[in-house]
Amino acid sequence: MVSGACPACGALVLVGEAFCEQCGHALGVAGCTACGAPAVGADGYCENCGMLQPSERDHVEIELEVAAGVSDRGLRHSRNEDAMALTAVGTAADTMAVGVVCDGVSTSLRPEEASQTAADTAVAALAQQLGEGADPETATREAVRLAAEAVFALAEQDEDAPACTYVSAVAGGRQVTVGWVGDSRAYWLGSGSEVLTGDDATPGTHMLTAWLGADAGEVVPHIRTFTPDGPGVVLLCSDGLWNYHSDPAALAAVALNATPRAAAQRLVRLALEAGGHDNITVLVIPFGPGDQSEATAVFPKEQS
Amino acid sequence: MTDFTMRVDQNKYLPAGGEEVHAIVTVEASGPIERAPTVEAAEIIIVDTSGSMSYDKIAEARKAARAAIDTLRDGVYFAVVAGNHEAQIIFPDRAGLVPATPESRNAAREAVSRLVAEGGTAMGRWLRRAADLFSDYQQAYPGAIKHAILLTDGKNEHERAPEFAANLAYCTGKFVCDCRGVGVDWVVAELRQIASTLLGSVMDIRRPEDLEADFRAMTQAAMGKTVADVALRLWTPRAAKLNFVKQVSPTLEDLTGRRTEVDALTGDYPTGAWGGESREYHINVRVPAGNVGQEMRAGLVRLVLPESGEVLAKGNILAQWSDDPVQSTRINPRVAHYTGQQELASLIQEGLQARTDGDLDTATARLGKARGIAEKAGNEETAKLLDKVIEVDPDTGTARLRRDVDKADEIALDTRSVRTVRMRKDPEA
Repeated sequence: MVSGACPACGALVLVGEAFCEQCGHALGVAGCTACGAPAVGADGYCENCGMLQPSERDHVEIELEVAAGVSDRGLRHSRNEDAMALTAVGTAADTMAVGVVCDGVSTSLRPEEASQTAADTAVAALAQQLGEGADPETATREAVRLAAEAVFALAEQDEDAPACTYVSAVAGGRQVTVGWVGDSRAYWLGSGSEVLTGDDATPGTHMLTAWLGADAGEVVPHIRTFTPDGPGVVLLCSDGLWNYHSDPAALAAVALNATPRAAAQRLVRLALEAGGHDNITVLVIPFGPGDQSEATAVFPKEQS
Repeated sequence: MTDFTMRVDQNKYLPAGGEEVHAIVTVEASGPIERAPTVEAAEIIIVDTSGSMSYDKIAEARKAARAAIDTLRDGVYFAVVAGNHEAQIIFPDRAGLVPATPESRNAAREAVSRLVAEGGTAMGRWLRRAADLFSDYQQAYPGAIKHAILLTDGKNEHERAPEFAANLAYCTGKFVCDCRGVGVDWVVAELRQIASTLLGSVMDIRRPEDLEADFRAMTQAAMGKTVADVALRLWTPRAAKLNFVKQVSPTLEDLTGRRTEVDALTGDYPTGAWGGESREYHINVRVPAGNVGQEMRAGLVRLVLPESGEVLAKGNILAQWSDDPVQSTRINPRVAHYTGQQELASLIQEGLQARTDGDLDTATARLGKARGIAEKAGNEETAKLLDKVIEVDPDTGTARLRRDVDKADEIALDTRSVRTVRMRKDPEA
């Protein structure tokens, strides 16, 4: 389940692809990752040794020109209940990067569906709203509303409703707009690194006080617009990262001076090395007023 | 058609290096509320007519057999077998089973009223005769419900153990048999062996006059069965060791040795016929330990019709390794409850055996402990029966065997030791 070369033509094939994009070669289902038996059932369990197979979501990387994201199962959970989505809106000259990170609530049922649904719904709504000219705050409010509705609709009777957190960022022009529900965070890393969000959780615990889900009541997102005074990086992450590394300056030291993808990979690796107790999701969105084509963000100090 | 649902209760989390997986599988069949008139069924009533059945016992047995005959719905094929050291089909007077009609019921009632008590006891021969009747019927009606009632009052004296064993093996899988012992001269272990093998129940009937109501109820229950020959099909991983498969509700029944191989990793365990009812199974699998964070399917449980392979319900038994002790040390309440019920039954059976063998210390210890578990787990009926055999000082907790114990109480305690109670509070509900 890793990216590699097509056995027929040698072209690069990506995680989760069933056919080679280049030559159409069927990549086939690999054997069980635990015992090698070619007998993995449709439900993901090996029919020989019983092991649950890694899913496509165990490790996901997204790379766009404007930003990148990495999501990883971690070392202690059997599946990745985090989800992320990333897109770019606008023209080449005037691009806005839009990112969403959602963390499924483990104590709810099917949290991985909740997070994926919320992230997909929100990023589509943001793209549409911004494309139609809505301001980022209005677009964010609408995206949260639609994502909350979609997660609400996942609930079936007589079960704990699927639930997840939400954090999004719209970075473009001279401003960054973040919106959040729950304890996934947005950071500004650069000149004056800081946490942009305030966790919806009982202080000192992971007890959420707000989330998306049928049992959440009315969802009112926090929305904040921020004007950086120099280039830097907007970091969106689940608590799988900030549980280990929450200090903005320390995160900046790792995330800056790298391509977005490399920065996201480094941050995830950092959390894995610290124990990887939870799922880890990191979105890195470079922000450089007036210089959108510069994909590598650098310390303002070094720029001067 | 009967709808089946399956639910698996377990704590799937194992500590690092953990290998033992326990699960309680609850199967519920929602049968029709009314009887099941469309289902083909056959019933054979086997009545002990040995010499010891004389006087009131044979009179009450006649009444009971008549009650059973009256309870058969129209069209159910039936016969009545009188058993002593031989087996005699007293109804019908021609070969094979006949369908119940007002006329055939009358004829059967008439035949039953002529039953007399004489001769010995050879239950294996009675059962073999019933099996042959069912086999002929089975040819014409595959998939039908086949049920027998066996009533006895005595020990299986006129048949050597090997013959009995061979006869019982001959009957295995051919029909379901519920057994009833009346009086105090029958042997619990013998009827338990028959009922276990033939997937039925055993009950003690203290007074002959209680037989009639019991036979009616038993026949009614048989008429409520809608699906015959259901099997529990269990897949386990190649490297796993299946420790046991036990029915734990409504009664304890170890099915581990009853496996029929389906393939290298899969076996079928017989469960007999189902009506609207619920049963629970305790499955224990030992799996090779995985890494923390890994999840394994330790068992795939399916309820199937083995003939067609049709799957009626299924569920997963899982194992997931965790380094969080809060997760891995939790014991599923249902697993705990039925583990306790199994311990209770063992304590009673061992205690009674020790008492019979004259090992009074062991008997006192086992039965005293059983009394405590029965009280805690909510086995009220069992607690009451234990009180007739053992006295526990409420202040000191000291247990003492009672000197004079009614044989009927001892039999009842032994017979009913395999009947479990459901959890008092269902935390999931």
